[in-house]
Amino acid sequence: MAIFKKKYFKLSLDQPTNKDDETLWLKCKACGELVFKKRVRENNNICPKCGDYFFLTAPERIQMLVDAGTFEDISKPIGAADPLGFVDPEEGPYLDKVKKAQEKTGLSNEIIIGKATINEVPVILAVMDFRFIGGSMGSVMGEQLTHAMRAAAHERRPFILISSTGGARMQEGILSLMQMAKTLSARRMLEEAGVPLISVMTYPTTGGVQASIASVGDITLAEKGALIGFAGRRVIQQTIKQTLPADFQTDKFAYEHGFVDKVVNRENLRQELSRILRFFAGIARQRREPVSLRILSPARKS
Amino acid sequence: MSDKRILELERKIRELKAFSDESIDLSAEIEKLEAKLQTLKEQVPPMPSVPDDWDQVKLARNSKRPYTLDYVRLMMDDFYELHGDQMIGDDAAIVTGIALFEGETVVVVGHQKGRDVTENIRRNFGMAHPEGYRKALRVLKLAERFGFPVISLIDTPAAYPGTEAEERNIGGAIAQNIYEMFKLQVPIIVAVIGEGGSGGALGLGVGDRVLMLEHAIYSVIPPEGCAAILFRDAKKAPEAARAMKVTAPTLLELKIIDEIIPEPNEGAHTDHETTALMLKEALRRHLKEISRISIEKLLAQRSKKFQAMGIFEELEETHARE
Repeated sequence: MAIFKKKYFKLSLDQPTNKDDETLWLKCKACGELVFKKRVRENNNICPKCGDYFFLTAPERIQMLVDAGTFEDISKPIGAADPLGFVDPEEGPYLDKVKKAQEKTGLSNEIIIGKATINEVPVILAVMDFRFIGGSMGSVMGEQLTHAMRAAAHERRPFILISSTGGARMQEGILSLMQMAKTLSARRMLEEAGVPLISVMTYPTTGGVQASIASVGDITLAEKGALIGFAGRRVIQQTIKQTLPADFQTDKFAYEHGFVDKVVNRENLRQELSRILRFFAGIARQRREPVSLRILSPARKS
Repeated sequence: MSDKRILELERKIRELKAFSDESIDLSAEIEKLEAKLQTLKEQVPPMPSVPDDWDQVKLARNSKRPYTLDYVRLMMDDFYELHGDQMIGDDAAIVTGIALFEGETVVVVGHQKGRDVTENIRRNFGMAHPEGYRKALRVLKLAERFGFPVISLIDTPAAYPGTEAEERNIGGAIAQNIYEMFKLQVPIIVAVIGEGGSGGALGLGVGDRVLMLEHAIYSVIPPEGCAAILFRDAKKAPEAARAMKVTAPTLLELKIIDEIIPEPNEGAHTDHETTALMLKEALRRHLKEISRISIEKLLAQRSKKFQAMGIFEELEETHARE
């Protein structure tokens, strides 16, 4: 065992996580126009020319949603291990890949969990960052989500999950598959404590996350432009040997097939969540005895 | 790998041989030990070496292996199949029903592959649509209403990656099943009997005990899928299988499964009857064990079991960034 543990950095929204690169212009993937970066940033990362959405990093997403100065990182100080000794043929050992992702994003993990208020309503939120190995779910994300849901159940704060992920993290093999089960078992705590799960699916919400925690919200929203589905488009095309319709697995597709309650524009998301939260304002006053909390949680010894 | 006693004897013999080179004659002693070694080697079967992941994938996919309905026929006294999700239709890639197991009523759910082309088309090679998972959920709820224990047999390459499966929210159906299985108030025993392919497997895979046949595999994504994404070539599936480590011994070590059920000869395909007997014995034993536990405790243990899955590093917390 190492004598000195590796350091774990919590997120502070006051400090920039990564030096914004020096370029002044961004190219929109939809319209191909070069747009002034500052204008894009001021516009919730929406292209001022065509309205298409640029990727949001997790810190940007949090900043956009919560009341200024209220965010507190409550994540557990843990990092990825490499139980399988997985070597990626192109990118080398798994932990090198994790390190590169940390350097690129300035984040410790692919998910940020914290407490904050949204229009003064206290919430727990978990936000994935797609830049960090595709926002994929391995043992760390599974543990952080479990930790977040436990906190939400204890404190009776609504739990908001913002997904941006390709799915399970293959480099952790079967352990990553089991995070689907782990997070769903933890979701029981919310149900028994009478705390709502509000799931927001963004671009993309696919694979093992779509087939687990993201799909069991009490209320489920899709951000406009989201990609929602289980199997990848290429895999399906290879299986059925047909071209898929353009709107396949889009936000509209998910809504029309009844996966989500509503499609919401990015600039309205904060207001939408705030409106939903008002309906659950009474939960803090309820007296419910959460069974699994009693049995499962080490944090509530009596 | 070899037996510890054998290794120890071999070491002693080597030492004596090296020693006797000098001046003393130890050949009588050495002979005695060598004879002992010989008998020991005959007594102790060689320990199985760690199996090659790709060999296991091929074995797990062997089309002569027993499938869910074979086990049902060989282990149960009666099986009354239930059909349909009562919404869309009946998905033959998953079979469900009520059975008599050792005189007790149980509910069986399991993936079902076909034996020949016609049956495989009907059963979609064991790759279920959402209605298969929803049928299973309906029958699991039936089990709960009457307190019947559940036996779930896993054998699927994956959930079906097709247009209609996506339109009917295959991911959502799998998520729902996993979640409901954590709340189901009856004992559940899962056995991976062939291919444990991804979310399609886990959609029937939550239980109080998870058993696995010796040559079955269980993986987060089929090796071909992993190869196509990470190795950029689906033909590199053998390498992907080895990198992901999909065999029963690894899964036991990672505490994903509780027990490995040995298979006869070169594998289950060589002897269906004996394999079914081995599985039956394990199911009976585990069922007896968990039936004694109160349901409240059982549900808590079930959640705890899966919450313990995952391996990460504990780090030292620092607030300030240097």
